[in-house]
Amino acid sequence: MSYNAVEEWSRGSSPLHRRAAAAKLFSLTVFLLVLATAQRRLPLLAGALALILIAGFQVASIPPLAAMWRAAAVLPFTGLFAVMSWMSGNPTHAVELMLKSYLSALTVLLLVGTTPIPELLGSLELVKAPRFLLTVVQFLYRYLFLVVDEAAHMRAAAAARGGMTFQAASGALAVLFVRSHSRAEAIHRAMTARGFDGRFRPLFEHPFGAKDVQFAAVAAGLPLLARVLTDWYR
Amino acid sequence: MPAVVEVRGLRYRYPDGTEALKGIDFDLNEGESVALLGPNGSGKSTFALHLNGLLRGQGEVRVCGMDVTGASLRDVRRKVGLVFQDSDTQLFMPTVLEDVAFGLLNQGLSPEGARKTAQTALELVGMGRSSERGPHHLSAGEKKRVALAGILALEPDLLILDEPTTFLDPPGQRALADLLRNLPQAKILITHDMPFARAICSRAVFFHEGCVAAEGKLETVAARFGWDFSTH
Repeated sequence: MSYNAVEEWSRGSSPLHRRAAAAKLFSLTVFLLVLATAQRRLPLLAGALALILIAGFQVASIPPLAAMWRAAAVLPFTGLFAVMSWMSGNPTHAVELMLKSYLSALTVLLLVGTTPIPELLGSLELVKAPRFLLTVVQFLYRYLFLVVDEAAHMRAAAAARGGMTFQAASGALAVLFVRSHSRAEAIHRAMTARGFDGRFRPLFEHPFGAKDVQFAAVAAGLPLLARVLTDWYR
Repeated sequence: MPAVVEVRGLRYRYPDGTEALKGIDFDLNEGESVALLGPNGSGKSTFALHLNGLLRGQGEVRVCGMDVTGASLRDVRRKVGLVFQDSDTQLFMPTVLEDVAFGLLNQGLSPEGARKTAQTALELVGMGRSSERGPHHLSAGEKKRVALAGILALEPDLLILDEPTTFLDPPGQRALADLLRNLPQAKILITHDMPFARAICSRAVFFHEGCVAAEGKLETVAARFGWDFSTH
């Protein structure tokens, strides 16, 4: 099964990677709250928040441009709503929508790019997030790669036989899901055979320490400070 | 010698109506190695999945003195190590070490204990230096060894290997045979690779259309069904 760049990023060893997932989760929550509730001078605040995130990517040794490109994946979805807002005579709201969705995606990318998923879900479990939901997220994450993997195999097989027509591709889509489903079933069987009981347990844990408190204070304080300054600035 | 596996009258029908097992009787003693032979679709893998409780049919299945039922599944799975034919389905964690430690963590070991045990198992199969690699970067032979390490780390009493030589080159097959020969556990080997079967097992059970068609000395059973030992 292949893993994408984000998975590779999350295996780094930067100071940000070494912080406890709970501290990063807390900072993310504050960051998103600051962003979501911002009304006045949003472009200015967005600029400041973007700088904080870029600094975060630098500290984590993650290429900021690559991260910014990946975060743009969210734009086609929110772009649709932004266009509707614009056409209904509310261009400010349209810009807000684009800025907030893009920065939110970039923030989440920084979190998952510096925290392996099992660790992240472990910290969510600590704050009493429903276990069923966490299991679904974990499987969704794993099986997403599986579908991509199967698609790559099928594309290679089709290319070896001279490519694929549009009509054939639509049929292949159904085959892709059937194949992914059977492979997912086989993987689940292999997991059950090794005692999987619905809960993923992380192999590496970062216990919450004084450095994490300091980190959370700084990482949550920076967006708050940016918000206060941009609100105050006239 | 105490029995590791005792199966009586096992029947199983897949949800699509296919009758895969039609009353299987089977015994395996401690430390014994047996090859399950037979054509594709004869029920060998389906049978193996019953020994780990992954499939549940009608009949009696006892593993290490425990009835394979809902209540005992957790303990049964500690005793039975199942190495699947396609290593890709067995290696689902981001790194080799995490994959080998997966079962150990599920057994309740601390992360530190799981890391140590997983590393030891990786050394045993000659993959000690690959613990930080992603399974998707390994060759087919390496994947097979890591999948085996994931099972050996759990120290099962029974090893079931489904087509273990698939995708392995001849040196890889020899290395695997040497490794398996030196393991003390009882082994069930599902294979079409007769030289490999002979290197590990002295007894064979031949499956045909969901039934045990013959069992006995490996060479005798193989000769009866025209399965020879020449390499391909």
